[in-house]
Amino acid sequence: MIFLDKRISTTLRSKGDFRMPSARATKKFLKFSLVPLAIFTAVLVIPFANGFYLTFTDWDGFESHKLVGFSNYVASFKDPMFWSTLRFTALFVVVSLVAVNVVAFGLALLVTSKLRSRNILRTFFFIPNLIGGVVLGVIWQFIFNSALVSIAKKYNWASFEQSWLQDTHKAFWALIIVTVWQSSGYMMIVYITGLVSIENDVLEASQIDGASPLRTLLSIKLPLMAQAFTIAIFLTLRGGFMAYDVNVALTGGGPYRTTELISLHIFQDAFANGHFGTGQSKAVIMFLTVAIVALVQVSVSKKMEVQR
Amino acid sequence: MSARARLGRRITFAAGSILAFAYVTPFFLVFVNSLKLKPDILANPLTLPSHVTWDNFQQALTKMNYFRSLTNSIIITTLSVSLLIVFSSMFAYYLARTKSKLSKWIFLGLVTSMIVPFQALMIPFMARFASIVSWNNRAALIFFYIGFGTAMSTFLYHGFISNIPSEIDEAAAIDGASDMTAFWKIIFPMMRPITATVAIINALWIWNDFLLPRLVLTPETQTLPLSTYLFYGQYSTEYGQAMAGLLLAVIPIIAFYLILQKQFISGISSGAVK
Repeated sequence: MIFLDKRISTTLRSKGDFRMPSARATKKFLKFSLVPLAIFTAVLVIPFANGFYLTFTDWDGFESHKLVGFSNYVASFKDPMFWSTLRFTALFVVVSLVAVNVVAFGLALLVTSKLRSRNILRTFFFIPNLIGGVVLGVIWQFIFNSALVSIAKKYNWASFEQSWLQDTHKAFWALIIVTVWQSSGYMMIVYITGLVSIENDVLEASQIDGASPLRTLLSIKLPLMAQAFTIAIFLTLRGGFMAYDVNVALTGGGPYRTTELISLHIFQDAFANGHFGTGQSKAVIMFLTVAIVALVQVSVSKKMEVQR
Repeated sequence: MSARARLGRRITFAAGSILAFAYVTPFFLVFVNSLKLKPDILANPLTLPSHVTWDNFQQALTKMNYFRSLTNSIIITTLSVSLLIVFSSMFAYYLARTKSKLSKWIFLGLVTSMIVPFQALMIPFMARFASIVSWNNRAALIFFYIGFGTAMSTFLYHGFISNIPSEIDEAAAIDGASDMTAFWKIIFPMMRPITATVAIINALWIWNDFLLPRLVLTPETQTLPLSTYLFYGQYSTEYGQAMAGLLLAVIPIIAFYLILQKQFISGISSGAVK
């Protein structure tokens, strides 16, 4: 999406025509754009603007409201649960980002190798991605809570005898495992697209020059597919911040709300506890964090792409 | 082949097999245990059933109202995706072909909006739309999906249309075709590859979506992920039934994928890389 910023900047730079729109042009606008533009505005733009405004009021979800300045933000930052959620989310974003991309890149290398079974492997790796986070989360809840526990008791595996989901630290790793299992197939496709876009001549040339496979990977393939990394890292970053389904279905935030990621925390704050003001302020904080981190990541990755 | 290369191939093969095994094991566990009775599962979840029972499936089908949720999922996904295709392709056509300031700013707004997480909207969103939701929650949900899907779909179409020469439109206009006829009869059929991408990306998202349906739908209109989640919450100790329910929940999408595998992979790679 943002990778086409060239397209946007060129359209903005080219001079628009300043003539008054003709009747025909207006009619065309109405016929082709009015409905989608109106729905987009109603569903996205207005609630977004409204959401910003509401954080400065004492709105409780129903009644009319008056302006209260920054008190919702102050209250959000005074909430110790919010801080622990932020820490937990930051850790989750970083670890899942690294784990998903390392695994996905490995899978991509595997299924673009000369292996005869590569097509069936690709199907296997991709399937978890088809299924929604809730169903995946529930499947793994069964695995961690029941299957592994009863296997562990049978074969005396001490580390699995108590469910991983009942321990904050292990539940974190359970979340990571399920996230990797879910998203690595998708990112694998992104990396495959990058790998196959490298021209064969270049690879043959490096082979003739006597480069080892590892050398070829590090000096030829990685730099030439930098764009795939930009995209995959952006998508995993965004996915990490927005993760909700797996969180709800796997740990439900437990034990004792210690594994709540930011999305679930906002949901609980607003819809379970009725704190609409702080809930929405936290949502705005989340939006700003995602936007800033994503912008920084994309501009840094873009610079690395240019230096090939 | 040198000995070293052969060893390398063996290692890749072994790694591939182990990983493939790891990726499918969870599904295998769901499958074998859906055929077992509870004591059998508790004794050892890894083994094949000592006695195959189909009762779990019967129970799950009725208890999670499987066919009702499946129908709801199909209706909501099909209608949302079709309407998204109609609206966003027309929208993109207008934005790509009109060189005005307005269309540039609209396009920029669409692209920027893609970074906004749903969580940043959901609270004011639910307050604002409560009345539409209580009037007809399925229609409301489809309306919301069109709103949320417009930016990405329009963006994908926009990129594709920009590569179709506008001489084609001009030729159609000279032949006397109206804007609409030119678009639907000539341009739209040329966009089949990107339409496939848009359809697959949106269908996967809407089919699996959980948070928005959870906020909007009632028990009568719930979709498959929602009824699976609720069913599992209620019957998680009835392991066999829970597993049968999970298997029923994943079968439609996996079947769909296996039928359209090529389109899925090319759709997802072109959608992600754009």
